[in-house]
Amino acid sequence: MLRILQFLYSLRAFLLFVLLEVIAVWLIVANNSPQGAAFFNSSSAVIGSVLKTQSDVVDFFSLAEANEALVSENAVLIEALSGVQVIPDSMAIELDSAFNATYEFKGARVISNSIRFSQNHLTINKGASDGIKPGMGIFNHEGVVGRVKTVSENYSVAISLLNTGLLVSSKIKSNDVFGSVNWDGNSSSQAKMLYVPRHVNAQVGDTVITSGFNAVFPEGIKIGIIASVSPGADPNYLDILLNLSTDFSKVSYIYLVENSQIVELDSLYSKSEITNEF
Amino acid sequence: MNFRSLITFILLVIVLGLIQILLLKNLALFGIAFCFLYLVSILSFPTSMNAVPLLLISFLLGLTIDVFYETLGLHALSATFLAFIRPYWLKFVSPSGGYDDNTNPTINEMGMAWYISYAWPLIFSFCFLFFLTDQWGTGRFLSALNKSFFSSTFTLLLAIIVQLLFFKRRRGI
Repeated sequence: MLRILQFLYSLRAFLLFVLLEVIAVWLIVANNSPQGAAFFNSSSAVIGSVLKTQSDVVDFFSLAEANEALVSENAVLIEALSGVQVIPDSMAIELDSAFNATYEFKGARVISNSIRFSQNHLTINKGASDGIKPGMGIFNHEGVVGRVKTVSENYSVAISLLNTGLLVSSKIKSNDVFGSVNWDGNSSSQAKMLYVPRHVNAQVGDTVITSGFNAVFPEGIKIGIIASVSPGADPNYLDILLNLSTDFSKVSYIYLVENSQIVELDSLYSKSEITNEF
Repeated sequence: MNFRSLITFILLVIVLGLIQILLLKNLALFGIAFCFLYLVSILSFPTSMNAVPLLLISFLLGLTIDVFYETLGLHALSATFLAFIRPYWLKFVSPSGGYDDNTNPTINEMGMAWYISYAWPLIFSFCFLFFLTDQWGTGRFLSALNKSFFSSTFTLLLAIIVQLLFFKRRRGI
């Protein structure tokens, strides 16, 4: 017995090494499964505040650029608003439920962002106390950015579109053919559009937007522009490469969108036993 | 290891960790050359240091970096591996007379050529494990190899500069 213990003691460094590596691998696996437990991440209070202080300093230098983007966005919104303003006349129109807002929007700031790995994440300076919930979609004035993964009291962590695990339901604007946009891990400015059948006429230069099918993003948020179309290895689908419209190295101010009817939709899907793959 | 050098090493770990988190986190030359400067602290612990505390320190340091990088487990895994193979590699590259009792494997004590032959393979093995795990399942082995080669070279370059600038020189014999 003593010999066994002595033998084990002489191997203590190796045993400790194996134990630590097993813990590390377990952490990697647990953290990368979409619904897996996220134990420590940058949404905790201490780490969040360090990252926030850092981004406070860095963001100061890009304030001018952020202002310019806001002004141009405001201009677009004012133009859109002038189109829907009702001209007052003697007729009273009853607004029905079709005009109820399905989507709610919130603004926030990115305090930490990565683009160089194959599983990239963003940290956002708002959390549960500001009404952020897991599953909300994220976009900015350029296009789709990602989706909220976990939320703490004051911060939240989101999966970037530059994450091989995220699929965004999308369609080609010119002919309404839908597919899924997924990052292939290569370049931070390009992604792939999957599940577009071969007979579809997709042209280089076509715009790809969100389809609104998975109820995360409203319809019509820009994702990118088709850079190349080729038959691809799969006999059923086209191989489509997009130039992403969002510049992920510069993402700082973002909008979060929540579908207020998602609970109703989800229960409807589960009642009819449909799993929504997009 | 006496008390004074213990304090020095604790400071070294904290300072390099902070630099890594605050300054080097978003740095990637040409998108492929990353810098893992905090490895310098693991590399410059004394040669006579026990394996168990070294493994524990590396794991905790890696985990701390991970939390800020949003790559939970990746740095911890690779840094523990680095700490594990360090004693074997030290034995392999030991000079003919062996090490003194309290030698620190740094440039000032061991010389530039020795340091490169000591540090580069270790940093490379760290980077290779790191990028291989990061890109696990995407099947892009060559890209991992490419990234680890340039990252380890870049890290070594910065490690040398940092040591030449900031590490105290031992008084001449």
